[in-house]
Formats: sequence, structure tokens, C-alpha cells
Amino acid sequence: MATLGVLDSANLNGGQKLAVKYFTVAIALFGAQVLFGLLAGLQYLYPDFLYGVLDFSVNRMLHINAMVVWLLFGFIGAAYWLLEDEAGVPVVGLALGNLIFWVLTLAVTVVVLVYLLVQVGPGEIKSIWLINEGREYIEAPRWADIGIVVAVLVFFYNVAATFMKGRFTGIGGVLVLDLVALAGLYLAGMWYTPNVSMDQYWWWWVIHLWVEATWEVLVGCLLAYGLMKTLGVSRRIVETWLYIEVALLFGSGILGLGHHYFWIGTPEYWLAIGGFFSALEPIPLVAMVVHAVFDAGHHKLKSTNNPALAWMIAQAFGNFFGAGVWGFMHTLPQINLYTHGTQWTASHGHLAFFGAYATIVIAFVYLAVQKWRGNVWMSGEVVGSWRWKWAIFLLHVGIIGMTMALLIAGYEQSQIERAIEGSTWMGYFAAQAHPWFQQGMVWRMITGWIFAAGFLLLAWDLLTIGSRESRPARRLEPQEAMAAG
Amino acid sequence: MTAAKLYWWASESFWKKMAIWITAASAVVLIFLTFDTVAKITAGSKRVPAYSVINHRIDYVFDEKRNHQVPVIGPEEPLFGRKLSEEEAAALVSKGKLTVQAKNCMNCHTLLGNGAYYAPDLTKAWLDPAWGSKEVREQLMVDFLIDPSDKLHNVLGRRMPKLGITEEEAHAVVAFLKWMSAIDTNGFPANFKPIEQSDTPAAANVSSAPAASQAAGAAPESTPVQ
Repeated sequence: MATLGVLDSANLNGGQKLAVKYFTVAIALFGAQVLFGLLAGLQYLYPDFLYGVLDFSVNRMLHINAMVVWLLFGFIGAAYWLLEDEAGVPVVGLALGNLIFWVLTLAVTVVVLVYLLVQVGPGEIKSIWLINEGREYIEAPRWADIGIVVAVLVFFYNVAATFMKGRFTGIGGVLVLDLVALAGLYLAGMWYTPNVSMDQYWWWWVIHLWVEATWEVLVGCLLAYGLMKTLGVSRRIVETWLYIEVALLFGSGILGLGHHYFWIGTPEYWLAIGGFFSALEPIPLVAMVVHAVFDAGHHKLKSTNNPALAWMIAQAFGNFFGAGVWGFMHTLPQINLYTHGTQWTASHGHLAFFGAYATIVIAFVYLAVQKWRGNVWMSGEVVGSWRWKWAIFLLHVGIIGMTMALLIAGYEQSQIERAIEGSTWMGYFAAQAHPWFQQGMVWRMITGWIFAAGFLLLAWDLLTIGSRESRPARRLEPQEAMAAG
Repeated sequence: MTAAKLYWWASESFWKKMAIWITAASAVVLIFLTFDTVAKITAGSKRVPAYSVINHRIDYVFDEKRNHQVPVIGPEEPLFGRKLSEEEAAALVSKGKLTVQAKNCMNCHTLLGNGAYYAPDLTKAWLDPAWGSKEVREQLMVDFLIDPSDKLHNVLGRRMPKLGITEEEAHAVVAFLKWMSAIDTNGFPANFKPIEQSDTPAAANVSSAPAASQAAGAAPESTPVQ
């Protein structure tokens, strides 16, 4: 038995040893996301800053790509984290899973170096294969796409084969089916067409059906497991909620895809379909809030891991406000005609990606460091608890501040650039030069620095929390422990 | 958990079935709609015109019946004065699209409203009044794309970087932008004021452009510094 409070991989099962590798890269890439976000934000205020060296397009691409990849690494890590626990057997094909982790990490490094050093290529198909696909969020060149598909297939094999060998819990069943959809959808973004309408039609299959459908369901699985582990909520309750969430998420999210098909050349019936189904999209997120808050209250907030529970509650609210409310506010075509392609979208994107996804990955990293240190005490009054509390506070002040600043800029753009000036280039710059927009960019920068400070504190806390604890983790009540299986 | 009687609608098995049926039904509807939509947005359809549309004047005119602006294909007005066959036009637009992807345009600009918000939307860039007049627009666009760094952009000092775009690529990008402006986008962007394109001399447009630019606090995109 290892000493309590000391990081020792002997405390982890096979899947969890792999999970902590994914989490480590994920948090490093989270840092990269913050860094390139700061650089891009500064360029709004000082346009000559890094002009011709690291242009806005490069910083912005790295900002959003680091995000996609760190969240994917976080999700893959979280799945490996719960895999042996849920299935009841060691991970099948773990050696291959380990190999793929290194391949994937190397590939990400090469892609980032090419983005930074080569940046752009000639207008030929080889640029898309080797340098940059030039399509927002899925800029990774085609060779990397193929690598990602191979890696995800190996990951899928690990997960599916382990559940098949052990037991298929409700969480396991939903997770496996969700991963089939997640991997399959990526293929929709892997071909070239000169037709920009067709390009964006399939591009949204990847972006929307990942972010507003399969990722949400994956998060539902993680939340279900997390609530069982930290609060001892019974499996029957979390799994019933999970099925409700799947029904509502896919029921609204699959056809909610239509809200991206208003203005890209697609037929007019999408205005009605997209408007109607995306108006329903907040409903499952309300269910998730009710579920998380009710369970936490029912168990009187007595958790085995307070930081993880706090981040899960933050997830429930962040998802509801960021994805649900902020999405709904501009999703109906009558308003979207004016908000589409303005800072409105950036406002929604910031709160939604952080609220729905960053939060749950952070919660799982807290679960991981607790067990990694020998299942150390992480309930009330953990030594140095000011750090995780200040980190969650600063990150939320930062993200909410950026969201509000971008929202004001977005409102101003919708009114001046779109409604009054009619979206000409002159109208665009009239709106960009307006004091309301400029002030929005200043406040986004100030709150961006606050967010960055929160990130540094979070990273410090993840490295140290529990290291000076000698108490073992709080035990769940006997009936809770039994229910959690 | 106590043995309290559970209503059927709150049971795990009910919601498991609901999850499967709702997901399957939604997916089937999406697949049917996809077949219909793909046919309607294939190049050469009513909504997304053939690439050879770049041989014609393209306008953006208010349609009473639909109650928003729609693209209107006008008389022949070949791009760079050279009429292209369908194959030649398709190759040129494709070269333009590849350049737009390889130069990562979408991480500053938006295309059809999607992308980043650091630079103007390109959906109707071909029709933008900032180019001054339709006679000089093609060449100004090519010059700008090849080296935007020394051209005046706006009062903010925000500039497009020089991206190593060749003259051939610049021609292709202009073709892509002209073709894109002909896509029926259900009235997006709304209230857009296209460049004057009638055959009568566009005196009114030319004289009003600098005034408008001052009012907007921005200079036309294309005006050289010198």
C-alpha cells in the first residue's frame, strides 16, 4: 500500500494509468488554448501585434483547435478512467491503447508545429493533405484526419471489447453506441468539394452533431458516473436520467442541426425545422440541471470529492446557460438573420464550450488526482482548499466576463453592421470601430487575463491537491456504496 | 431505494425504449431530408448555380414574393473579359476554393456567415460597393489579394496579411467569390446594398462612395495608400 498523498501509479488500474496520460496532455493543451486566445484577443486591440508573424488567423485556429483536441483527450481519458470500474474487467487491448496515445500525441505535436511554422500553403489539394484544411474547427490536414480515425477506432475497440468481456451497464451501452456515432460522423468532414454550400452542409454534420448531440450524450455518461462516485447516487437513478437525456438530446439535437442550414444555400424548409427543433434543445439541459442539483441536495452535498462535485454542478449550470440559453437566444431564424456571423456566436461559443465540456473534464481530472494519490481525502477542508475554490471562481468570472463582453459587441454588430448598414464591408468596419464594440473587446481582454490567472491556479491545484493530506477519502454510507456498485 | 411503486413513465425500461426510438426516428428524418437537400444544393441547381454563372452579371435584388433579396443572374459579363466553358469555370472556381482553404481565410473572414469575425463576411464580397465601380473591381480585387499589406483597410489599423497568393490564385479566388455571390441564401445578408451594375454610367455611386466611407469611419477596402 502506497503512502497516502503520494502520486503513485500503483493506485490506478490499467485503464486509469492510460487515462492520466490523456488528462496530462489535455490540461497542457487547455493552457495552449488560453495562450492563443490571449494573443488573438490582443490583436483586436493592437492590430499590428505579431502581424505577419503569428497572424490572427493562426492564433485563432490554434485557439479553437487546441480546444477541440484537449476536450477530446479529456473525453477519451474519462472513458478509460471509468472503463474497468464499469465493465468489471481489465481493459482489453490496453497495450494497443497505450501505443495509440503516443501516436496521437505525436501527431498533434506535428500538426501544431506545421500550423505555427508553415501556416499556409499554395491553393492546391496537397496543402489540404499536408498543411491545413482551412475549415473552421476541423483544420487538421487530411493525413491527421486519417490518423484520428485510426486512433478513435482503437479507442472504440478498447471500450467496446472491455464492456463485451465484462458487463454492459447502462452507461456502458450508451457510451459504446455514442462512440460509434462520434467516430462515424467525423468521416462526413473528410472530403473536398469546390461547392461551398455542399461543403458547409457536411461540415455541420461533424461540428453540430458532435457538439450538440454526441458530445452532450458522452457528457451525460460521464456525469452519471461522476454522481455515482462522488455522492453515491444509485445506478438506477442515474441510468434512468441518462436515458431521458439521450431521448431529449437526440430528439432535439439531431434535427436541431437545421439551425445551421438557414443561410448556406439550403432549402427554406430548414428555417422551420431548424427553428422548431433547436428551440427544444434547452429542454434536456434543464433535465441535467435538475438531476445534478437534486441528487447533490438529496445527499446533503456530502461528497467524496468536493472539487469534482463543484465542477459537475458548474457543468450542469454552464451547459444550461451556455449551450441552452445562449444558443436559444439567437437560434430562431428571425433573429439569426442579424446575429449570424457576429460576436454573438463567439459569446455563445465561449460559455457553451466551457460550461458544457471544459467543466466535466476538469471534474474527472480531480477524480483522477484523488485516486492517483491513494484515494486521499478531498471532501471539506482539504489542505489548501482555497486554491480549487479560487480557481473555479476566477475561471467563472473570466468566462462570464468574456461572454458578456462579446455579447454586447455582438448586439452592437447585429444592429449597426447588419440591420442598419446591410452587411457591406463599410458597415462591418463601422460596427468594428464603434465604441461599444471597442469597449467589448477591452473587457474581453481584461476578463481573459482573469481567466488565464484562474487556469494557472487550477493547474497548480491539480498538481498539488491532496499532497499534504494523510486522511483517506470520505467513505460513502454503506447503502450509498452498495448502490454505486 | 425503497420499494415504492414506480410509474411506468418514470421507469428505466420506458426511457430506454424512448431513447432508442426517438434517436432512430430523428436519424431517419435527417437522412431523408439530406437526400432532398443534397439534390437542391448541387452546383447547377436552382439554389446553387452552375460554376459558369461567372460568365454573367450577378445582382442581389429584393423579391416581393419572398420578401427578401435574392441573387439575379443578369446579361453576359464574363469575368476578366473571358467567357469560360462549364469545365473551365468549374476548374477556376475549384482553384479559388482550394486557395481559400489553403490560405485559411475562414479563420478571419466568414463565408456564408461561418468562420471567424476578425474581417468582413465574404458572401457578397463580389457585390460590395467598397470596390468603387464594377469596371475596376476585378483588378482591384486581384491586386488586393496579392499584397494587401500596403493597402489602406480601415481606421482601426487592422490589415490582411500578405499570404503569398499568386496572380493565378487571385484570379481563381475572385471567380470563387463571384460564384458564391450567386447562391440563394434565403436573404442573408439582409438589407445589403450591392455595387451599382447597370449599364448606364454609375455616376451617383462613384460620387457617394467616399462620403459613405467617411460616415462609416472606414475607407474602402480597395483604395491604395498612394
